[in-house]
Amino acid sequence: MSNHRMPLVNIQNLSKSFGQGDAQVDALKQISLQVYPGEVVGLLGPSGSGKSTLLNIIGCILEPSSGRMELDGQLVYDGGWRQKDLRRLRLDSIGFIFQFHNLLPFLNAAENIAIVLELAKVSPDAARQRAMDLLKYLQVEHRSETAPSRLSGGEAQRVAIARALANKPRIILADEPTAALDSERAGVVMDLFRKVAAEQNATVLVVTHDEKIFDRFDQTFYLRDGKLVQDD
Amino acid sequence: MNLAAHDIRHNLGRFSLTCLGLSLLLGLVLSMVGIYRGLVEEALSLSRAPEADLWVVEAGKKGPFAESSRIPGDTREIIASLSTVAASGSITYQSVETTHNEKKIRLYMVGYEPGRPGEPANTIAGRFITRGHYEMLADIKSGLSLGEEVRLGRNTFVVVGLTQNQVSSGGDPVAYITLQDAQRLQFELEPPVARREAERGTAPASRDIINAVVVKVATGANPERVVQSVSRWKHLTGLSQSIQEDILIKSVVDKSRRQIGLFTVVLLAVSSVIISLLIYTMTMDKRREIATLKLIGAPDSIIVGLIVQEAVAMAVIGFSLGALLIRLTKNYFPRQVILMPEDGLSLACAVLILCVLASGMGVRLALKIEPAVALGG
Repeated sequence: MSNHRMPLVNIQNLSKSFGQGDAQVDALKQISLQVYPGEVVGLLGPSGSGKSTLLNIIGCILEPSSGRMELDGQLVYDGGWRQKDLRRLRLDSIGFIFQFHNLLPFLNAAENIAIVLELAKVSPDAARQRAMDLLKYLQVEHRSETAPSRLSGGEAQRVAIARALANKPRIILADEPTAALDSERAGVVMDLFRKVAAEQNATVLVVTHDEKIFDRFDQTFYLRDGKLVQDD
Repeated sequence: MNLAAHDIRHNLGRFSLTCLGLSLLLGLVLSMVGIYRGLVEEALSLSRAPEADLWVVEAGKKGPFAESSRIPGDTREIIASLSTVAASGSITYQSVETTHNEKKIRLYMVGYEPGRPGEPANTIAGRFITRGHYEMLADIKSGLSLGEEVRLGRNTFVVVGLTQNQVSSGGDPVAYITLQDAQRLQFELEPPVARREAERGTAPASRDIINAVVVKVATGANPERVVQSVSRWKHLTGLSQSIQEDILIKSVVDKSRRQIGLFTVVLLAVSSVIISLLIYTMTMDKRREIATLKLIGAPDSIIVGLIVQEAVAMAVIGFSLGALLIRLTKNYFPRQVILMPEDGLSLACAVLILCVLASGMGVRLALKIEPAVALGG
């Protein structure tokens, strides 16, 4: 998909190696990719191909070895981190969705969303209101006071998506978000991603093995042995 | 949003059990401090009971508690003749063991002269000794009741009054009888022994022996000056009350005191290791949650707060429960357990500091957790 808009994720010649000398493993080799607002993008590949490494780098939790990365128009990495406060960048610009939802077990559904907003200095009342709005948007408002352990897999994943959307990030990274769901629920989650990407002018980058959703992406990137193969 | 409070509420059962375990441990530490205090208090209680300013004992002896002291019974009259002495009383001490209601009881007998220094300050039941013979005041810990009769030596004594917190440094309850009865109990020989001594031609030994004279000095008189006056009699030594207490603490109960003190230190050290491990384990159990918090952008201060606040909550609840437990059970200990507010406060502060320091290990671990841990399957 060609695009004249500014990419939300812009990666140029990114490499990542682990270890040194003979023990060096090149997890990513000269990766370049651009992801644009409104897109739902798939990142596919066999185990060990470097998908999670790339996701961690885009999520600013793993430092690349070389290359350049811009997120939401900001230069984040260029031979070294170019942003002083990566935590703040994650909080404001990036939303994470996990395979096992990773909701904090000691907070109920609404609190799991509100915590993200409170971390961004939103007042507790406003955070609570936004959490309720998001739960309503994702049609799980009736479970707002429920502990994560009492939510069904689909409900928990919706709450996790609501949490990822809380601060209105423009980049949403999802790691195997449908792996624990059946086809129907996986389809609902993908519909939600598409809705969020469209309505919030955001991008959703999905790492997956799940063949059920292979045909649901605007762009699909294949990673093989640390190298990227794009498939439009 | 207070994450620590939410986490505690979520794991309430486990947190409560942890606090309960910690409270038992801290209760044990507190009880040791209380036993230590009790030991010192018990050792001093007997020397404080006569409310004396100084003690007159056998020359060169640290009597009557740390060493034996035997002085003639007329010593009191000599001491009373000093113008700086307001009142004085002869006194004897001895341990006896007898049976009462088919149970063995040990008593620390004090012989005193009613109306003179040496008698207990008050009774909690009954009255003081008024008759010349065979009446007894007993500490409530002896298990004796008013009106009960106790066989001591060749005579039977009636309990006419009860005292409280009057025990010897060995923990035996104290019983008071008249000086004459005490001297008879201490020095009167059993008939077969007396007959044997008579057949050997041994002259009967004087029974008019006492262990000490307790002295109250006249108003305005300096006890040290009285001690100097007493020392002019070469067969006597004067010990001020403060020196007597010092002897008791540094000689009589010194080893027990040090033993308990050292054991308390060991217990505190063990407690600190256990507290550290508890907090470390609690943090280990939250690795994934901490990684998730980091991933969603929580600053380190939030994560440090989560761990430290839980550690502080554990310290406060554990200590409070432990203190309550010991407060409720202290009277069931065979010897006195004295809980001083300053000891409780010191231990509470120590435990709080310990928990905060111990949480440092957990904090270190938490800060090392990579956000990527949350992404793992």
